[in-house]
Amino acid sequence: MKFSESWLREWVDPAIDTEALIAQITMAGLEVDAFEVIAGKFSAVVVGEILSVQPHPNADKLTVCQVAGNSEDPVQVVCGAPNARPGIKVPFALVGAQLPGGMTIRKAKLRDVESHGMLCARDELGIGDNSAGLWELPADAPTGSDLRDYLNLDDVSIEVDLTPNRGDCLSIRGLAREVGVLNRLAVTGPVCEPIAPQISDTLPIHLGAGTKCPRYCGRVIRDIDISRPTPLWLVEKLRRSGVRSIDPVVDITNYVLLELGQPMHAFDLASLKTGIVVRDARAGETLTLLDDSSVELLEGTLLIADGETPVAMAGIMGGAATAVSDSTRDIFLESAFFHPLAIVGQGRKYGIHTDSSHRFERGVDPAMAVAAMERATHLILAIVGGQPGPVVCEQLTEQLPASVEIQFGLTRLKQQLALDIAAEQVEDILQRLGLECHAQDEGSWRVMIPSWRFDLEIEADLVEEIARIYGYNNLPLTTPVAPMAIATRNESLVPLSDIRACLVNRDYHEAVTYSFVDPSIQKQITPDAQAIPLANPISADLAEMRTSLWPGLIAALIRNQNRQHQRIRLFETGLRFLPGISVEAELIQERMVAGLVSGNRLPDGWSHSHEKVDFYDIKNDVEALVSLTGEPSAFDFQAASFPALHPGQCARIFRRGIETGVIGKLHPGIQRNLEIEQPVYLFELRLSVLETAAIPAFRDISRSPEVKIDIAVIIDKNIAVEKLLQAIRLAAGSYLIDLKVFDVYQGKGIENDRKSIGLNLTFQHHSRTLTESEIIQTVTATVTRLQEELGAELRGEFK
Amino acid sequence: MDNLSLLAEAAIKAVDDSTSVADLDRVRVEYLGKKGSLTELLKGLAKLSKDERPAAGARINDAKSRLQAHINQRKMALEQAAIDTQLAAETLDVSLPGRGLARGSLHPVTRTMSRIEAFFTRVGYSVEEGPEIEDDYHNFEALNIPAHHPARAMHDTFYIDETTVLRTHTSPVQIRTMENRQPPFRIICPGRVYRCDSDLTHTPMFHQVEGLLVDRDVSFADLRGTIDQFLKAFFEADLPVRFRPSYFPFTEPSAEVDIQCSNCRGSGCRICSQTGWLEVMGCGMVHPNVFSHCNIDSREYTGFAFGLGVERLAMLRYGVTDLRLFFDNDIKFLKQF
Repeated sequence: MKFSESWLREWVDPAIDTEALIAQITMAGLEVDAFEVIAGKFSAVVVGEILSVQPHPNADKLTVCQVAGNSEDPVQVVCGAPNARPGIKVPFALVGAQLPGGMTIRKAKLRDVESHGMLCARDELGIGDNSAGLWELPADAPTGSDLRDYLNLDDVSIEVDLTPNRGDCLSIRGLAREVGVLNRLAVTGPVCEPIAPQISDTLPIHLGAGTKCPRYCGRVIRDIDISRPTPLWLVEKLRRSGVRSIDPVVDITNYVLLELGQPMHAFDLASLKTGIVVRDARAGETLTLLDDSSVELLEGTLLIADGETPVAMAGIMGGAATAVSDSTRDIFLESAFFHPLAIVGQGRKYGIHTDSSHRFERGVDPAMAVAAMERATHLILAIVGGQPGPVVCEQLTEQLPASVEIQFGLTRLKQQLALDIAAEQVEDILQRLGLECHAQDEGSWRVMIPSWRFDLEIEADLVEEIARIYGYNNLPLTTPVAPMAIATRNESLVPLSDIRACLVNRDYHEAVTYSFVDPSIQKQITPDAQAIPLANPISADLAEMRTSLWPGLIAALIRNQNRQHQRIRLFETGLRFLPGISVEAELIQERMVAGLVSGNRLPDGWSHSHEKVDFYDIKNDVEALVSLTGEPSAFDFQAASFPALHPGQCARIFRRGIETGVIGKLHPGIQRNLEIEQPVYLFELRLSVLETAAIPAFRDISRSPEVKIDIAVIIDKNIAVEKLLQAIRLAAGSYLIDLKVFDVYQGKGIENDRKSIGLNLTFQHHSRTLTESEIIQTVTATVTRLQEELGAELRGEFK
Repeated sequence: MDNLSLLAEAAIKAVDDSTSVADLDRVRVEYLGKKGSLTELLKGLAKLSKDERPAAGARINDAKSRLQAHINQRKMALEQAAIDTQLAAETLDVSLPGRGLARGSLHPVTRTMSRIEAFFTRVGYSVEEGPEIEDDYHNFEALNIPAHHPARAMHDTFYIDETTVLRTHTSPVQIRTMENRQPPFRIICPGRVYRCDSDLTHTPMFHQVEGLLVDRDVSFADLRGTIDQFLKAFFEADLPVRFRPSYFPFTEPSAEVDIQCSNCRGSGCRICSQTGWLEVMGCGMVHPNVFSHCNIDSREYTGFAFGLGVERLAMLRYGVTDLRLFFDNDIKFLKQF
């Protein structure tokens, strides 16, 4: 809410400056978002009256004016404004005046005509941005008076960002109450004696919506003169509160809304036929609103109807057909209490948010309706005249919010705030807040909550009030104490930080990408997965939840590639989202780690060639990750197909048969579609599988000599080497302690569909030296088995 | 016997002329080997008389041992020269960069979250996580934000369907923890959260760390102490910290926490909108309605909760000026952390 400081000070005027006031209310929970002085810095500007206007002898666009306002005789001022004419009153900067921006007005000659001062537009004084000619002041502005004093321009517009619970502060009255409490000052608003009716006209009111509208006051006022202008003081107060002037009646209802916090509405009485009915809208009803938008009303929207005809969306916006216009003579004023639950969320459904709905949603003082009606009537009679009828106040007493009473005591205060505070001080704070305290036992009260503090419902709310007024920063400050119990710690859990560190140490940069992705990329990467769409995505390229971390990483790769990065190594950890297995099943939110590499194997350097990464580079990264489990041999890479990956360079990874993840090269077709310049290698692993580790179990170390034998065998090209290794391990027995592939060869000397595999076998006995014949026998037997099982043939001799 | 002197002289010269250890060894064999010329002289002793023999023998042996000593000396010199040559040949420009992989980097959000987790786990908080697609109950209802609460407007929520949302805060993890265990609770909940909002200072996804401490007699003073110590530890500075009354449906009393602007030290600048303060987190005492949703007796137990935006703290800590950089994943940005 935006308000004028001087308006507030009419109600309560603490002896502190603007800065201190802003700090004070901010620290009381009414956070000041922004403030601005409402006029620029200027001096010696008075109300001037143009007495006569002559054409300038030497310039078409200038005029020569005689202006009153200076203490002496009228003076001559050259003016360039199109609206300069005799009789109007305008801001007059005297010779010697300082204007915003540091300009000083001097006696000058403009095209050979003397000019003693300057007539000003609004923007020249730093008051708004209207530069269309001179600022025409009201005809009754006292000529010669200081403009700053006359318009009370030494004022500041303050914007408070009120939290939703403090609807009671959405008015000058509410803010003044807070400032009064904080400064121990009495608050005085304008006195509004009830206005006696001069006519007996009324309009029947029927309340048909129960608790949604338990109170509705109406008043007929006839014979107003809507052609009269809204007085400048009122326009200025509205402007400084961020509200535009429209017509005197609307301005007055807005003024009362700002001053007292009670939204009101004025109908053109001539457009109402039968009488006011407050009820829920029925399906199919329509209403054209004040802003000329036509809405189809939803069932449950609270409605003001004239008989059967909808005329206003209650508490939100009036209808166009019954609005006050420049031909209006008689009006019907509404001042009602609509329950927050009747209004909240309604405006949003229609995309409407108004000053009125903002207040009703948060709560309006239910006791305010009549006082606001009297205040508005006062202003209407004073400004546009007219004859008031009686105030008709229909109410459903049982349905009005009940008065609230809270049991409150020092014990709770001590428990929640660790504050030792005297009972008198607590009482003092509560009473300053307008809460009635009835002492019960020592240090406990029955506290009666006034109608405007509808946010106070339970004891904790009063704890906050005491803390707030006492000052949060004056409260004690302690360090919590807890027992130093030793907690369990699961050693067979690989910390996520280790997994991240492993990849960081292998030259990966961690990325964080959005959990919602571009469906067009995702469809290419995981065409088989059904993605969960967002009902209200922020944009079309962030429209569905990721089914894999790859789409986000690939998008990041493309962005980096477009910024001329050639070597890209990224990883990410986070959830992937998949629908449940069945309709009833909960959807799957699974923790994953994924990575991607592209470009050169090593950073550019002087000492090595610029080889590109390939499948075995990223496989080694995955091998490093699975080694964190302490049992890398439990993992198994099986050739597989995956839609996004190259069919010949893709593996599914299993840990003792449990699916762990996928690794492979991005399909060249997808690479081309996405305009990625270089091949991309990817992996994605389920963290739940990777995070369980085997706890080390020591095996005795043999000191007997090791014997190393190298053999080369030729097998069919399509036999996986892993299969060959498994066969060797089985055949060679327990003395084989290590087995490595040292060469893979295809080409000259080997048949086209065959390959030669160089193997390095290490034998060792746990307690004695193996004999040569034992080893030769074992290797020979192994080779024989390989011949039988895999059609392998020994290439050359073994040594 | 003049022959011996000549021979010895020639041998010494040959040793001096040798240019390598191998060369030197050839010289040694030539003079001192089994068939070496000095060794041969000894064989000539037999021709001498018995009286002459001892003196002649001694002279030859003397010459032999002097030669051997000379050879040893020369050998050491040659070996040293060989090493010197090798060292000279192998001298590298050590200023050239090393070979192999570089080190990657942790994302600043992870880095910041890890630091925050470390402060709290060290004093006995445990880290809890939960789902990011949440039901309405855990994200709102149980946190005292009923369907038509104005506070829902504070959260621009992403919906999957009418009752399923992307969590707007990590508070549902607190609810899930309180539902499933018995107090006391000391937990922190880091993670991704989502709000349907995107501009210069908002991204539709960001990260929060929330904390919860529930026990007998936990007070607002404990909350103030905890937050004050945490912020000073996080920024490694004796920063002024202040609490301002605020409103969250799930806490009462509620507070927003400001630190003195790290840029201007409180004198007012563009970053702090001239206020001298920067808002960094929200907190409060757990609302009794939240406890009752989790079947915890709010007469017996009290507690505090707090929540902070990770990106906000990371920006202040590392001087990052644009929030969107966190999710752009430009390597030039990532490698700075």
